[in-house]
Amino acid sequence: MASLSHKYIMAAAGVFLMLFLVSHLATNLLLLAGDGGKSFDNAVEFLLTNPAVKIMEYVLFAGFIIHIIIGLIIEVHNRKSRPVSYHVSVKSDTSAFSKFMIHSGVIIFIFLLVHLYHFFFVKLGLVEPYGGAQSAHDFYPMVVETFKNPVYSIGYIISFLFLGFHLKHAFQSAFQSFGLNHDKYMPAIKFVGTVYALIIALGFSIIPLYFMLIY
Amino acid sequence: MTKLDSKIPKGPLADKWSNYKSSLRLVNPANKKKLDVIVVGSGLAGASAASSLGELGYNVKVFCFQDSPRRAHSVAAQGGINAAKNYKNDGDSVYRLFHDMIKGGDFRAREANVYRAAEVSNLVIDHFTAMGVPFARDYGGGLDTRSFGGVQVSRTFYAKGQTGQQCLLGTYSSLSRQVAKGTVTMYSRRDMLDVVIVEGKARGIIVRNLLTGEIEKYSAHAVVLATGGYGTVFYLSTLALGSNSSAAWAAHKKGALFANPSFIQIHPTSIPVLNDYQSKLTLMSESLRNDGRVWVPAQKDEKRHPNEIPEEERDYYLERRYPAFGNLVPRDVASRAAKERCDAGYGVGDTGLSVYLDFKDAINKHGKKVIEDKYGNLFEMYEKITGINPYNEPMRIYPAGHYTMGGLWVDYNLMTTIPGLFAIGESNFSDHGANRLGASSLMQCSGDGYFILPYTLSDYLADEIKTPRFSTDSEEFQQSEKQVEERIQKIMAVNGTQTVTSFHKRLGKILWDHCGMVRNAEGLKKGIEKLDALEEEFWKEVKVPGSADEFNQELEKALRVADFFEVGRLMCYDALDRDESCGAHFRDEYQTGQGEAKRNDAEYAHVSAWGYQGHKQEPQLHKEPLVFENVELKERSYK
Amino acid sequence: MNLKLKIWRQKNAAQKGKFETYSLQEVSPEMSFLQMLDYLNDQLIAKGDEPVHFDHDCREGICGSCGLYINGRPHGPLRNTTTCELHMREFKEGSTIVIEPWRSKSFPVIKDLVVDRTAFDKIIQAGGFVNTNTGVAQDANTTPINKIVSDRAFDAAVCVGCGACVAACKNSSAMLFVAAKVSQMAMLPQGKVEAADRVEKMVHEMDEQGFGFCSNTYGCEFDCPKGISVEFIAQMNREFFSARVCKQNHS
Repeated sequence: MASLSHKYIMAAAGVFLMLFLVSHLATNLLLLAGDGGKSFDNAVEFLLTNPAVKIMEYVLFAGFIIHIIIGLIIEVHNRKSRPVSYHVSVKSDTSAFSKFMIHSGVIIFIFLLVHLYHFFFVKLGLVEPYGGAQSAHDFYPMVVETFKNPVYSIGYIISFLFLGFHLKHAFQSAFQSFGLNHDKYMPAIKFVGTVYALIIALGFSIIPLYFMLIY
Repeated sequence: MTKLDSKIPKGPLADKWSNYKSSLRLVNPANKKKLDVIVVGSGLAGASAASSLGELGYNVKVFCFQDSPRRAHSVAAQGGINAAKNYKNDGDSVYRLFHDMIKGGDFRAREANVYRAAEVSNLVIDHFTAMGVPFARDYGGGLDTRSFGGVQVSRTFYAKGQTGQQCLLGTYSSLSRQVAKGTVTMYSRRDMLDVVIVEGKARGIIVRNLLTGEIEKYSAHAVVLATGGYGTVFYLSTLALGSNSSAAWAAHKKGALFANPSFIQIHPTSIPVLNDYQSKLTLMSESLRNDGRVWVPAQKDEKRHPNEIPEEERDYYLERRYPAFGNLVPRDVASRAAKERCDAGYGVGDTGLSVYLDFKDAINKHGKKVIEDKYGNLFEMYEKITGINPYNEPMRIYPAGHYTMGGLWVDYNLMTTIPGLFAIGESNFSDHGANRLGASSLMQCSGDGYFILPYTLSDYLADEIKTPRFSTDSEEFQQSEKQVEERIQKIMAVNGTQTVTSFHKRLGKILWDHCGMVRNAEGLKKGIEKLDALEEEFWKEVKVPGSADEFNQELEKALRVADFFEVGRLMCYDALDRDESCGAHFRDEYQTGQGEAKRNDAEYAHVSAWGYQGHKQEPQLHKEPLVFENVELKERSYK
Repeated sequence: MNLKLKIWRQKNAAQKGKFETYSLQEVSPEMSFLQMLDYLNDQLIAKGDEPVHFDHDCREGICGSCGLYINGRPHGPLRNTTTCELHMREFKEGSTIVIEPWRSKSFPVIKDLVVDRTAFDKIIQAGGFVNTNTGVAQDANTTPINKIVSDRAFDAAVCVGCGACVAACKNSSAMLFVAAKVSQMAMLPQGKVEAADRVEKMVHEMDEQGFGFCSNTYGCEFDCPKGISVEFIAQMNREFFSARVCKQNHS
């Protein structure tokens, strides 16, 4: 497969994941409604029963797997392209975020595994419900339980910080990969990308803070 | 003295080439595949010839010393490329271009060749455009042109200050296309050290593989030299450091006559010498003289900053001396005028060896933006080298060795006096007489390569279709190889104490002083003596580290410098023999009352073609009389 | 000025290399970087050592021969500057300068600081041209070209093929080099005709030569001595995408 095709797939999967993050954040913010998890439960109920969402779940998994596998292929290939490295590492002024995509990616991946263990595996019945949950679909108590654990919460916040870094580069990078770079619009794209990355990172991070400090 | 046959076709000037072209013999496509052609040099001339010959179906081998053909020094030509398109409706025509070149060359070029160069110039522009060369355009979408020195029309096509680069990359792309098709084989990092002659015809070359040091032999039915000029003989010049005369000199030693070796153009607008370790002088395109005004302070030993010198205390000496052409006088005239001012004590800078080129008026008139669009990259280049911003204060410039009008003697077919050995582009002598007009070297190189040589070479090869491919095992090849190897061993064996570069510097200085912008008989004789002495010292004292059978850049240099001694000597002989001033050749014994060049048409309206008689032997002169039927010989005046 | 130089020395492609340290006195700030190396080489030769090999030719920033990786930057600390245009006034008295060759699988070291860049020639041979023979051109002004488009094509065409983009890229990707040629040709009517075919062939060859993939890090643009914009990479991405999606198969 051509080098550029890798990039298109990487970008396409990335864009899909970025959209997913928005919907995920919207759902999670309902946790802050202060209604004992009522609105959150309603949303979860909808997500669990809607057939379209069921299909999208598979697409989402595919998106993650493709993004990860292609990311690894690219990383391995790139490392091979410079078998002897420089004595003085490159000092070109480039965005620091862009150079560490694989690193932030790995951290996010580890978080993803923990995250799957805590929620998705419960849903699948692989892990017993906890935190006083009524069933495998009663997520609110489980959320409360996990976020009250400061180790988990801090790990969660750190992961989303890295996700923010990842997205900061990823957003505009996806545009570039699809050839959508124009001196007129690129500054705006970069700005929107930064705002998006901030919203995702902060948006997700206030939830554990809320449960740790205020709830 | 043998009679040189220039093979100029009969008939009216304007019809010569087209009639002749139709009479030239062709080679049928099936036979072309069986014919090998060697092209040495991958610049504008070599690459254009090679790609055209490849397109025709010949089996072409191209050699260059750089790592890639795209680096040949044509890449550095800045200002533009001339063509008689008359897109500006300013009265241009093929005849006008021809006339400007003949006059610019001070009536020392062949009418028929120059006319042909002017004639094919239009085809060259069409072809470059078709290849995707991004020449500058005007707002209507048509090609833009600008003016250049020595002419009164605007016929110079350009791509900012990088016209040579754009043309060369176009040519490189057409060459690459043929390499991909398999018609051209590229041999880079090879230095040609000898031409092999079998039964009186050029049949191959000996090269040194610069990476391995191996001596390699290649055979062909014809050999084309497109090896550029020998301006680096001065050490400091506007040329690339690798540019050299060795291929042409090897041909000369094997019997090719060398014509007008003393006709070397000293370019007026180069950045002056800044330190003792200077290895090269960077050109500031002549196109800058379109908008820049050249001046020196009106008083000697002026110490004020140029911006503080009021208008009335400035001497715009070109405008003063040459009101008709002003700052756009031809290069030789502008160079000598700068030298005259500096020698008289009006020069500026620490050394007093520079003059100002000022854009203040142009920036005031057109705005900084316009000037930036036209010359932005040149201004940047100037600032990088000198640390001075030319938007704020005038540039300092001084003449520097640049282009060699002289070169291997060729007939109308661009063939040297060795049958089967052709020379094109700057390596031949044919089109520029005693001085080349700006923007006509790109024009000549590509004209030679794309539109002239493919015809004349086919005519030559028409006789070769029955000649089978050669083996490089023949005695001639072996002998040539042996000579080359012996010379390398000899140079390695010296093992002295001084670097090659130190000799090159001293050699350059001798030539600059004795055979530079202004010459005289006494100085030239002294120059020859000094060259002899220095050469002797070279062969006793030069130090080439490393070994010959590896990548060895010092050895490459040493072999080139060894040839420059002989080239320099020939330049001096030629300059000494020509008892007149013409174009770039200015003998101070022969000048008008106003200090202008004084030609002697009665005795010197000829090409001096020199034959090699052995090392340190006085060369043998052959004269090719120049006949002017279409222009009137008169004093070249730009006043 | 007095300087300490740490230079990569490697006898040939087969042997292993290592850094050598040299101290150099009385360097003039007016010297160009390559003149400084000439100066060093003179001293090495005088001592009977082999001089440092490096590629160079025009020494005015246009041939693309020179290319040294200086203190972590291809072509050194100044932007839009080739190594030969760099002057010693950019360095401080007493500083240490580390000089390395371009590092990339596709640019193997030949000797000292000289690398083999024929991979670039191969990419151009794959399609970096207009398929037109000598003699078939129409008059140059027959096809008008919008000045802005033509100027933009020129901006892409100024590439000198030095390889700094590859050297600067953390992945040693050649995207900027390839994109500059693809874009120049695709923008001009003369090259547009075969744009789809060209971009596919050139990208294919780029991959064959073993260059890395692009991470949109833009180090190439930052260190390109000719200031070529990564917008051309975007343009190539577009060209390739549409070539793959829209191109009709050859019969």
